[in-house]
Amino acid sequence: DLSEFRDRSKSGSTGQHMTIYEVIDRLRATFRSGVTFPEQFRMTQLQNLLSLVEENEQLIQDALHKDLHKPKFESVLSEIQITLNDLYFAMENLRTWMQPEYNIGKNLATRMDDCFIRREPLGVVLIIGAWNYPLHLILLPLVAAIAAGNCAILKPSEICQATEQLLAELIPKYLSQDCYAVLCGGAEDTKSLLKNKFDHIFYTGSQVVARSILLAAAPHLTPVTLELGGKSPCFIYGHIDIHKAAKRLCWSKFFNTGQSCVAPDYVLCTAQTRDALLPALRETLRTFYGPDPGASLDMGRIVTPRHWRRLMDMLEKSKGKVVIGGESREEDRYIAPTVLVDVQESDALMQEEIFGPILPILTIESLEEGIDYINRQEKPLALYVFSDETSVVTTVLNNTSSGGFCGNDGIVHMALPGLPFGGVGASGMGSYHGRWGFETFSHRRGCMNRSWLLERVNVLRYPPYSDYNLGWLRWATTFKKNSWGGCSVM
Amino acid sequence: MEKQAVQRAREAFLAGRSRPLEFRVQQLKSLQRMITDRQGEIATALKQDINRSQYDTPLFELIGLENEISLAVSKLAQWAAPRPVERNLLTISDQAYIQPEPLGVVLIIGAWNYPWALTLQPLVGAIAAGNAAVVKPSELSEYSASLLKALLPRYLDQELYPVVCGGVSETQELLRQRFDHVFYTGNSTVGKLVMEAAARHLTPVTLELGGKSPCYIDKDVDLRVACRRITWGKFVNCGQTCIAPDYILCEPSIQNRVVEGIRQTLLEFYGPDPKSSPDYGRIINQRHFNRLMTLLEGYTATVGGQSDSSQRYIAPTVVKDVPPQARLMQEEIFGPLLPIVTVSDIDDAIHFINEREKPLALYVFSSNKKVIKRMLAETTSGGVTVNDVIMHYTLNSLPFGGVGQSGTGRYHGKHTFDQFSHHRACLVKSLGMEEVHMVRYPPQNHQKVRRVRLAMRTPLVDFSKGTYIWAVTASIVALGLLIALTVILILAAGVNCTCL
Repeated sequence: DLSEFRDRSKSGSTGQHMTIYEVIDRLRATFRSGVTFPEQFRMTQLQNLLSLVEENEQLIQDALHKDLHKPKFESVLSEIQITLNDLYFAMENLRTWMQPEYNIGKNLATRMDDCFIRREPLGVVLIIGAWNYPLHLILLPLVAAIAAGNCAILKPSEICQATEQLLAELIPKYLSQDCYAVLCGGAEDTKSLLKNKFDHIFYTGSQVVARSILLAAAPHLTPVTLELGGKSPCFIYGHIDIHKAAKRLCWSKFFNTGQSCVAPDYVLCTAQTRDALLPALRETLRTFYGPDPGASLDMGRIVTPRHWRRLMDMLEKSKGKVVIGGESREEDRYIAPTVLVDVQESDALMQEEIFGPILPILTIESLEEGIDYINRQEKPLALYVFSDETSVVTTVLNNTSSGGFCGNDGIVHMALPGLPFGGVGASGMGSYHGRWGFETFSHRRGCMNRSWLLERVNVLRYPPYSDYNLGWLRWATTFKKNSWGGCSVM
Repeated sequence: MEKQAVQRAREAFLAGRSRPLEFRVQQLKSLQRMITDRQGEIATALKQDINRSQYDTPLFELIGLENEISLAVSKLAQWAAPRPVERNLLTISDQAYIQPEPLGVVLIIGAWNYPWALTLQPLVGAIAAGNAAVVKPSELSEYSASLLKALLPRYLDQELYPVVCGGVSETQELLRQRFDHVFYTGNSTVGKLVMEAAARHLTPVTLELGGKSPCYIDKDVDLRVACRRITWGKFVNCGQTCIAPDYILCEPSIQNRVVEGIRQTLLEFYGPDPKSSPDYGRIINQRHFNRLMTLLEGYTATVGGQSDSSQRYIAPTVVKDVPPQARLMQEEIFGPLLPIVTVSDIDDAIHFINEREKPLALYVFSSNKKVIKRMLAETTSGGVTVNDVIMHYTLNSLPFGGVGQSGTGRYHGKHTFDQFSHHRACLVKSLGMEEVHMVRYPPQNHQKVRRVRLAMRTPLVDFSKGTYIWAVTASIVALGLLIALTVILILAAGVNCTCL
């Protein structure tokens, strides 16, 4: 049963209605023709995407403001600039990334052969975006998909309607319509979309939906990258400049109104640290947003009334004590930056990812207690430690696991394209950013080009077998400690 | 029972036993000893399972395994060390690196065609990466499975690396448990079920599946050598190799010579009666034997074709002029039947291959560089060997894995270690350089936006061509000016210089 998507690829608002199958078929036919493979094509498309972002900065900022009340600064920093940087990075490195990798160890038996690893495009990939950073969470994977030579279908989050519309309008204008399509729709439409076969699915969002995506991918044996979330813990322990720490903590927590997958979800510290932290937090918040954050231009809003209600419910059910903030307004989905203390493990705020401007502080007596607590939960997407003491940082690093880690700051580890960005366990699988995205959307094909020579040596492996031949083969192929790479059977 | 094994493995992992590098090395060395000490027993088990010749066992299973262990032992410290990454202006004084970490408890499901290599090679990587691993050998190679179950606990930590034997229902029970990674080698039907079961726990999987690996023979090629290499790869282990050349594609003009080449090679390898050759294997069980005989129905073998159901013996068989819609061409053969499909030229061959699912391996025999280049550029597959078969499997610096229906993920050598690790991105900053960081805090204004954009730029230095040319030109001009200045000074000082 065919589901109709409004495909605006044809142009603007008078788009023809095309079925999903037709769109996917068209992309698949284009991929088969090999047009996306040459470096020049990929470079051109990346260049066009660059122009898309550069030429429409104002429109993008407006759309983001409309959807999320995103302050201009945040739009520039966390949506536009991060996309531009990834594009510059990809364009500068595309040629290197595309080169077959020759510098791999060879053994005695293959010394005369050409051995290399090719990176090849996968085919037609599906990229599903999220609503909290509606631009970069869909464009960064697209950059990687284009760089790797694939065709791509983009499915932006329907929650951010202005951004969704903008993408649907701009992408066909700047990028090749035969290779990249934007499909808009809700949950039901996404379900139908997933019934089709893709060569890779890239999803950013929640665990619940992630499971259904994996289940939909299994019958097609489609590889999947999942960028999920979790409760990212933040240790503040040992000797530390509490004012600087408070600044960075506040910035990371309340950026995008706490709606970041890598926002520090909750704080773990001793009672002593907490007592020093609270005044520092108050002071920082006042400096950032003034006495009334609701009136500050730099404070965002919660994305929808439903999400606002969820946060308010959690706050109401919480048994912790609100020491900072707590104000809220339903009309414009405002929640003040809020800090709670005396929060226990069983608290309503500690059962699921908060994803809002609410910061619970859990008191611990020792670092081990905090580490044990973290290890009882699911592996988070990010983990933070604020401490001047290297031993504290090292202890936490060695005894926990998380997608990524940042010491003495929050969020910024994802801005470095050299670092892979992704989760582990319940926080996701796979990674991207920079070269990692290119690798995600490529197939690494191991190639060996054997020479015709040395057939006399090859004879050792053929039947009829004998102890004599086996002896020589063993000698020739056994890995010796100082040889390059590994030897295996000839 | 399965649940308890997994539970114990998890507790052992959480206790931290599998993490220290010394422990991992010690376990790997112990595994090495197991293989060396018990080679005879392993060979006997394989003979009972699949009539493996005593030479094929070390050749195809054990040497490779031993080399993987040696590599892991010698390189472990390097593999497990933090891997630094490039920084930008904002992070210039910070530590930025990727730290490989164990995933936790992994499940390794082996296959029956190379029961030791395909079960233990992943285990080597899992141990090296610091995980606990539940090993589930294939029940179809029952002697090997029971031997592994008896041996492994005597050499490795019993709680961290339990062996769970059983059939379909035991495997299903295992898959209901939660693992941090599942590594499966086998066919795509079960592969899909494994992926589905793993999906419920959001567990990542590595699937080493199969497919029909095409083998294209170009016109102008030394057919003697080509046929010998292909025959070797096809009929070893009685064709039951996931990367065996499944079928041949060639032009009609050379088909007969290809058949002759193979026929002659078979004589050299197994003599006139392969059934009595100690080096020729058997089909694993009756079901697969019947399956293969059905594939052959309706076709006359050009070479071979004989069979003996009581021994599960099928002679090395070649079938000429096979039409694309034949049953032989619909599923992975996994047996000693070699169909030859004729194609008109390289374009036809590429088209034929691309119409089908992405295979695990692709083979092309040609002396023409252009032909090879086109084959590589216009098709895809898990891996490739040119002018030989199977060999890309043997170099463990090459990633071994499939794509599309032939699988997902890769292993061998360091790739196994990486597959079983979580690559944790770490950024350890200092609280210094706060002045630089001030720009990102609210309240915001235009200047701050500009400064932040600059600070976020990567790479740090512009290595583009334009800058490079400018830098070289500027250096040359500067050098020239310096020389000119020196000359002028010398003249001014009135020194005689005969070079003027």
